[in-house]
Amino acid sequence: MNMYNLPDRQGHFGPYGGVFVAETLISALDELREQYDYYRNDAEFQAELANELKHYVGRPSPIYHAKRWSAHLGGAQILLKREDLNHTGAHKVNNTVGQALLARRMGKNRVIAETGAGQHGVATATVAARYGMQCVVYMGAEDVRRQATNVYRMKLLGAEVIPVESGSRTLKDALNEAMRDWVTQVENTFYIIGTVAGPHPYPMMVRDFQIVIGNEAKIQMQETYGRQPDVLIACVGGGSNAIGLFYPYIDEENVRMIGVEAAGKGLDTNKHAATLSKGKPGVLHGNRTYLIQDENGQIIETHSISAGLDYPGVGPEHAWLKDIHRAEYVGITDDEALEAFHALCRFEGIMPALESSHALAYAAKFAPTLAKDQLILVNLSGRGDKDMATVAQMSGITL
Amino acid sequence: MNRITQTFAVLQSNHKKALIPFITAGDPNPSLTVELMHSLVKAGSDIIELGVPFSDPMADGPTIQRSSERALKHHVGLHNVLNMVSEFRKENMQTPVVLMGYANPVEAMGYEYFAAQAEKAGVDGVLTVDYPPEECEDWVRCLEKHGLDAIFLLSPTSKQSRIAQVAKLAKGYIYYVSLKGVTGASNLDLENVASKLAELRAVVSIPIGVGFGIRDAEMASAVAKLADAVVVGSRIIEEIERSSQNELLNNVTHLVASMREAIDEQRN
Repeated sequence: MNMYNLPDRQGHFGPYGGVFVAETLISALDELREQYDYYRNDAEFQAELANELKHYVGRPSPIYHAKRWSAHLGGAQILLKREDLNHTGAHKVNNTVGQALLARRMGKNRVIAETGAGQHGVATATVAARYGMQCVVYMGAEDVRRQATNVYRMKLLGAEVIPVESGSRTLKDALNEAMRDWVTQVENTFYIIGTVAGPHPYPMMVRDFQIVIGNEAKIQMQETYGRQPDVLIACVGGGSNAIGLFYPYIDEENVRMIGVEAAGKGLDTNKHAATLSKGKPGVLHGNRTYLIQDENGQIIETHSISAGLDYPGVGPEHAWLKDIHRAEYVGITDDEALEAFHALCRFEGIMPALESSHALAYAAKFAPTLAKDQLILVNLSGRGDKDMATVAQMSGITL
Repeated sequence: MNRITQTFAVLQSNHKKALIPFITAGDPNPSLTVELMHSLVKAGSDIIELGVPFSDPMADGPTIQRSSERALKHHVGLHNVLNMVSEFRKENMQTPVVLMGYANPVEAMGYEYFAAQAEKAGVDGVLTVDYPPEECEDWVRCLEKHGLDAIFLLSPTSKQSRIAQVAKLAKGYIYYVSLKGVTGASNLDLENVASKLAELRAVVSIPIGVGFGIRDAEMASAVAKLADAVVVGSRIIEEIERSSQNELLNNVTHLVASMREAIDEQRN
C-alpha cells in the first residue's frame, strides 16, 4: 500500500513547493500542469517514453557490486546504480527525454533550458537534436568560461548557448534568464527544467521522469540479491537523482535514505552549498524550500568543487523529507569528494562525476560502521570525464 | 479612506489619470532615495512604487535587475527601505508609497513583523511579485490587519477565473502588465491593452494601472487614455543609470514632468 502521496493538487510537499511566480507565468504553468496531468496517465505516451529510455538512453542501467572497494573499506557492501552509463553520461537525460516528448505533444517546437556545469544543457541539446527541435540554453557567463568543453558540445548538437551576465553569473542567474525567456515566448516554447525544483508541476514532473532509477533498482535488487538495500545514498544539489532513487522506497521504512550535499570548504565556512544543513526556508525560483540566504533574505553565492551541486536552493520534496525525518542529509567537503573520486578510479576502474563522488565519499565513511552483509546502494549519477580538468587542476597538474 | 483610495478619488473628480513612477530603493545610492522620492512628487507623480532590492528578480528585465544590484552593493535590505519611507513621511503625508518586490525578503523578516513596521513607516500598499493569490491568503490578511493594500498583477494571459480570483483579494489598484515578458521590454500593443482592460473592468471595481513597456511621454499619454494609472519603471531607471550624481535629480524630474504633461493633455 502506498502511503506517501505528495505533492497535493497545488504542488505542496507539506509547507514546501507550491507556485510562487509572477502572474505572467501562471497561464503557462496552468497549461503545463493540465497537459502533464493528461499525459502522465496516457498509456501511449508512457509506452513511447519507455521505448526511448530503452533504445536511445540505453536503460536499464545496471547495478554493479564494487567488491574491491568494499573489501578495502572493510564494512558493508557498496553497490552502484550505474546512471553514468546512460547516453550522455548522467541521469539528466531521463528527464530531458520525458520533457521533450511532452513538449512535442504540446506542439512546442522550441525548448529552452538553464545549465550550471552544462550537463543538463547537453542532455537538453541532445534530445532537441533527436526530436528536431530548436534549442536555447542559458548558462552563467562564469560557467561558460569554466565549462568550455560542454559549451562546445552543446553547439555541436545544434543548440544556441546564451551566456548570462547578470547577478553572480552562475546557475541561479541562468535559471532567472530562462524564466524570462519563457514568459516572453510562451506560445512556442517549452522550458525544460533540469532538477526537482521550480514552480509546480516541475518538482513532481522531473521526479516522475527520474523514478525510473529507483523502480529499476527495486527489481534488480530483488533479482540479484533477493532483497532490498539497507541504505540508499545519493548526492543532492537540486536533488533529481536522489529523489529518482529514493521515491520508490519512501514507504519502505527499513530502508535508510541519505542525501549528500556539498560541504565545499567545510560546513563551518561560508563556502559550501549545503542548503538543507545550513539554509533556512524561503521562496526562490517559484517554490518554497530551504535556501542559502543572508539575514535580509538575499540569496548568497554558494561554493562546491562540483558545479552540479553548486546551487543555493534544493528541491521542495527533499525539504519535506528532511523535516519529517524520512531522509537524512549530510555534507561532504571538496577534499573528501576528490578522495572518493580517486578511490573509485583506482579500485573499480570507474571514473565518477564529482557530484556523484560526494555520495561515494559518504558511502566510504559510512560503510565501515556497518556489518559486511549490509548493502549500501549508491546512485552513481554521472561519469567523471567532464571533470578531468578540475581534478587535474586540484592536483596541481595542467593538461 | 486610505491614501491610495483617496488619491484616486481626487484624481477622478478632477478627471485626471495617475502617474506612478517606480524606482529601486538604494539605487544608485541609499542617501539619494528619499530626495529622489520628493523630486518624483514635485514632477507630478501621484503614487510612488518603491522597489525592494532582491538578488534574484526573476520577473524583471535587465534594467531593473541592474538597479537592484546597485542597491545591493550598498547592502540595502528591507529594514533600510522602511527607514527610507519613514524619512520621506517626515515631509510628505499625502503621496501614497507602494513597496514592490519579491517574497523572500519579506519571509526573512517575517510577515507579521514586516506588516507592523511597514504600517508604522507609512507604507500604503505592497506588491509582492511572486506571491500569487493562491499562495498568499495569510499574507493578505496580515496586510489588511495593518491597513496596507495588497496590490496584484494581472497580465494579458490571465484567464477569466483568474481575474475574478485576483479581483476578490486586490486592494488599492490592479497593476496590469501590458505585455508578455519582463519589465523594460518595448513591444506594447495598445489595441490589445484596450480590449483586455475592457475585460478586466467587467470584473474589477478598483482602479487599473498599466505598466511594462511605457518608454516615453507619447506612450504614457496613449496609455492614460485607456487606464486609470500609468506606471513607468525601467525608463526612469535608465535615466538614473545614465545621469551623473549631480544631474540625476534634475534629469529624472524633467523626464517625469514631461510624462505628467503628456498624460494631462490627453483629456483635451
